[in-house]
Amino acid sequence: MKILVGVKRVVDYAVKIRVKPDRSGVVTEGVQHSMNPFDEIALEEAVKLKEKKLATEVVAFSLGGPKSAEVLRTALAKGADKAIHVQVSDDEAGKLESFHVAKTLQKIVEQEKFDAVFLGKQAIDDDSSQTAPILAGLLDWPQALYASKVEEGGSGHMKVTREIDGGLDTIKVKVPFVLSADLRLNEPRYATLPNIMKAKKKPLKNIPIKDLGVDITPQTETVEVTEPPVRKAGGFVEDVSALVAKLKEKGFVKA
Amino acid sequence: MALLARKAPALLPASTSSAVKHMIYEDSHFAMQNSLAKMIKEKINPNVAQWEKSGRYPAHYVFKMLGQLGVFAVNKPVEFGGTGRDFSMSIAVAEQIGAVDCGSIPMSVMVQTDMSTPALAQFGSDFLRNRFLRPSMNGDLVSSIAVSEPHAGSDVSAIRTYARRYGTDLIINGSKMWITNGDQADWACVLVNTSNEKNLHKNKSLICIPLDTPGVHRSTPLDKLGMRSSDTVQLFFEDVRVPSSYIIGEEGRGFSYQMKQFNDERLVTVAVGLLPLQKCINETIEYARERSIFGKTLLDQQYVQFRLAELEAELEATRSLLYRTVLARCQDEDVSMLTAMAKLKIGRLARKVTDQCLQIWGGAGYLNDNGISRAFRDFRIFSIGAGCDEVMMQIIHKTQSKRQQQKSI
Repeated sequence: MKILVGVKRVVDYAVKIRVKPDRSGVVTEGVQHSMNPFDEIALEEAVKLKEKKLATEVVAFSLGGPKSAEVLRTALAKGADKAIHVQVSDDEAGKLESFHVAKTLQKIVEQEKFDAVFLGKQAIDDDSSQTAPILAGLLDWPQALYASKVEEGGSGHMKVTREIDGGLDTIKVKVPFVLSADLRLNEPRYATLPNIMKAKKKPLKNIPIKDLGVDITPQTETVEVTEPPVRKAGGFVEDVSALVAKLKEKGFVKA
Repeated sequence: MALLARKAPALLPASTSSAVKHMIYEDSHFAMQNSLAKMIKEKINPNVAQWEKSGRYPAHYVFKMLGQLGVFAVNKPVEFGGTGRDFSMSIAVAEQIGAVDCGSIPMSVMVQTDMSTPALAQFGSDFLRNRFLRPSMNGDLVSSIAVSEPHAGSDVSAIRTYARRYGTDLIINGSKMWITNGDQADWACVLVNTSNEKNLHKNKSLICIPLDTPGVHRSTPLDKLGMRSSDTVQLFFEDVRVPSSYIIGEEGRGFSYQMKQFNDERLVTVAVGLLPLQKCINETIEYARERSIFGKTLLDQQYVQFRLAELEAELEATRSLLYRTVLARCQDEDVSMLTAMAKLKIGRLARKVTDQCLQIWGGAGYLNDNGISRAFRDFRIFSIGAGCDEVMMQIIHKTQSKRQQQKSI
């Protein structure tokens, strides 16, 4: 099984997000970036499957600006065998939508034969959660979304456990398939120094987006990005009965 | 640090990669720093407050994790499980280890990366390197460096611990002081007088001593001002018998090996101090911005602004001096004087930054669960350990006066 894993470069989860003064988006310059945490989990699962001899090759993929090469190097240091960087400008990268990413992935899958595409369930910057299902639709492959456990399913299938409201859903998907990783699927490893050095020698292929013929014209216009409202200061009440009266007045307690 | 946990700021890597060429770091340095930053944030820092409170941290547990990452193998020979990188990677790692929320753990780690193992890695026999270096690089063994004695600190040549021959074995007697990791360590690199040679620079050897050898006694951990989760003991050797094959390199070269080992120890000490001091400054700015006084914020006071600005400038100067020294060191230049200068500056600056920042915090900074007070206690050691300020000035003066003498001839 040859697995393609999507890894997106996003603003690090620990960074306090600030909105640009012109409200056109969030500040990304001079801000720590890292691999989308859910993509890290997807990558870890693919590498684990390779270690269990269930997969033969793991290829990391990123669609993004020049600095996306950094997350691809990280992916190589964490066990991917090869990397593919589909290049766009930073400006274009900021306007990419799930549909564009899925279209690009489709092209790559069609060019080099893959048996599975592993993605994070969502990216922590736009929280769209759309790439995996759109890609499954485009490829007409079965999908296993929000995976929390991945096992061999027998006769060309994989058994995938999914976390759903109220319990666990276990499904069998026929290979080839699209998988999206949930938080509890695994605990990603840290890149070790020996592997960071080895990663420098692994192949990283650059493909300009125009070579794939994927149209990345935005279909959505961002009208305005604003900070969440600041929490307002509370007030003081005289005693308990005043408090109860206040709560009733606000409708928090039934009269 | 509680101080740092308050606002949960992004735990940035010590250095951030940019389009601009860095003086000594390349992409792989930044990648290693990123990985280490992540491990520290997720696995180490959440436990630091508890470890500091209990006066001990689990060295074997932490070393095993860091060992898997390659922290102890950075500039060690590939044949023995090392990664064979140059000293700039050691500095990158040391800088990032400074992200741990206390001084104890970085110090403990640095003992193993750059104090107890460099001479062994460079001069030790294959037997010794397999026996002690390989498991230490994996993080399976914890080690100490044992040079100072109760009456011989800065004056290393005055040590009294001695070994006498007994067939092919050595029998060692004496005592070693200020032994970091001493209560948990499995072995120590010990400087011992091994001959009657009168020249005090030629009668010593570095010896690997397993600390479970009969006759090795450890004092109860010493009660210190800071570095509270680190175990520091006095070691006693009472007829401790080890094979003479445990001597690192040539017998009698111990003093010069140790002097060489000291240089790198000092440079990593500078590196490990940068991030914590930067954090002190950063967190103080955040605090001063929020704290209002006389109708303005603390940060509006020009006096506070000037203090913080000057500290920032001095820290940057020290950082730049470190990088310049490492650059020269990587090209095999003699960097004793530059190293002494950088070490002197970090020691002085650690006192200044922690003291002046604490003053800005006022009463809040004096509380124990505030990171600034831990920094104030912990980093006082920078002017004492790894060669005190006065020894650094001696080294600098020796070189400057020699230079002037040569000029006047």
